[in-house]
Amino acid sequence: MSAAGRVPDARWRPAELVFWAAAVAVYFVFPHHLVLASQILITGLFALSLDLILGYAGIVSLGHAAMFGSGAYAAGLLAHHGWGEPVSGLLAGGAAGAALAFATSFVALRGGDLTRLMVTLGIGLMAYEVANQAASITGGVDGLSDVAMGKLLGLFAFDLGGRTAYVYSLAVLFAVFCLSRRIVNSPFGLSLRGIRDRSARMPALGAPVSLRLTAVYTVAGGIAGIAGALLAQTTQFVGLETLGFSRSADLLIMLVLGGAGWLYGGMVGAAAFLVAQDLLSGMNPVYWQFWLGLLLVLAVFFVPGGIVGTLAGAQLRRLEARR
Amino acid sequence: MTAVLRTEKLSRSWGALAAVREVSFALEAGARHALIGPNGAGKTTLVNLLTGALSPSGGEVFLDGDRITRVPQHVRVRRGMARTFQITALFPNLTVLETVLLAACEQGGLCWSWLSPVARHAREIAEARRIVRELHLEDEMDVRTRILPYGKQRLLEIAVALASRPRVLLLDEPAAGIPKSESAEIFEVLARLPKDVAILFIEHDMDLVFRFADRVTVLAAGSMLAEGTPAEIAANARVREVYLGEAAHA
Repeated sequence: MSAAGRVPDARWRPAELVFWAAAVAVYFVFPHHLVLASQILITGLFALSLDLILGYAGIVSLGHAAMFGSGAYAAGLLAHHGWGEPVSGLLAGGAAGAALAFATSFVALRGGDLTRLMVTLGIGLMAYEVANQAASITGGVDGLSDVAMGKLLGLFAFDLGGRTAYVYSLAVLFAVFCLSRRIVNSPFGLSLRGIRDRSARMPALGAPVSLRLTAVYTVAGGIAGIAGALLAQTTQFVGLETLGFSRSADLLIMLVLGGAGWLYGGMVGAAAFLVAQDLLSGMNPVYWQFWLGLLLVLAVFFVPGGIVGTLAGAQLRRLEARR
Repeated sequence: MTAVLRTEKLSRSWGALAAVREVSFALEAGARHALIGPNGAGKTTLVNLLTGALSPSGGEVFLDGDRITRVPQHVRVRRGMARTFQITALFPNLTVLETVLLAACEQGGLCWSWLSPVARHAREIAEARRIVRELHLEDEMDVRTRILPYGKQRLLEIAVALASRPRVLLLDEPAAGIPKSESAEIFEVLARLPKDVAILFIEHDMDLVFRFADRVTVLAAGSMLAEGTPAEIAANARVREVYLGEAAHA
């Protein structure tokens, strides 16, 4: 392949290898912060699923937590009722998220951005209240406890220090990331980018837009469900807040902060957001949200494409200027 | 000659406004057919009806003899009908090559391919590169379309349509908004297209119409005013009065 005429491929870039090496290094460098690190990985996975629909297909959502929460409850309920095998629970969580996404796609994907925001918000609120009302199953506001997990692969028990949780979360994140990377670099991914840029044009190229959107929304729902299941398994608890609006809203902020449409943006945004939240709430337990808000405002002005988006965009412009 | 694309009393109205009124015309295989008429004559609406971007209020559309009046737009494209737009409608964040490749992958039925990278589809890449070179866009292959000069965007519109491997190509003012020297370049490219591709094009420049078209349909106020060879149209008194005369006074 000559230098001119680049096409989406699956080659790994050096910066990507550095990113994953850093994620592995965290295990050794910050052994006492692995619980927070696991949360970052799980939230990063959740943000990755939002990036697939928002960053690549242009679907805005304020109800993505519905899929996350359904995955968390699916895995949590399985373990609660005696099926504590982690990997199958994870798959069940993914299936629950995908099923909910598919079922709601027919209303969630209609109309323009504002319609989608409102409809997904509504779906999220309904999912929250269904779980709240079904307290005999979900535990309601008290949450679902007694989520007893078995050993991972029959070998590694989940420990209080979060070592197993971190390695498990990192392995799942990496596997799902590789799958997502394949998807966005495939002809299907290219068609999603076309839909994001100008969906009205796509039928004139022969593309059935609604079907494509339903497909990627379902896949993203599955990934969100896996992320929810991971949270349920690693914390051994499922709370109503897994379905809450604030989880969806925070996720959107993280993705915008990291940069939508680059795959890494959600993960970097999740890390930046959660680390900032942890540090700021430690420094000022009462007013920490003020500083977080200020940080977000500054980020919008100084890194408008998000952290990854700004860096990658600058590189892209350099390449175009060199032409 | 056989008609690849044909309409029967095709109409479209919005309330009392009839944009297209009972238009029956045929596009022959391999034709270079111009669609002309004053502004507001219904030319773009007719193209939208042919491609399925709009549903007709009445009448029928046939492609290769099959009724396609209710067939969705994307299915018509797969059956060999491609178009360009009067107002450029490209994908701002895709590069030139990616844009053409997108159309080539859609045509190749690859866009449900989830897991193999685009780079592995050598046939579609080669086809996209060939079209890009043919349209003199090879120096801009890696440029995002948002920063592409307007004239190049018009060429890219045609490249995208060609990547769909059409048998029927509908061009809505392909040279709109670009200097005359560049519009001649566009028509030179079109003149080199294989003869088995039937082309229906909307164009206001009568020099280009008479040089390029072998048949001309004239629309006025949504109705078909006349149809014939360029010489017949040039000699048609009604056309001269309604359209060419108007152009002469403009």
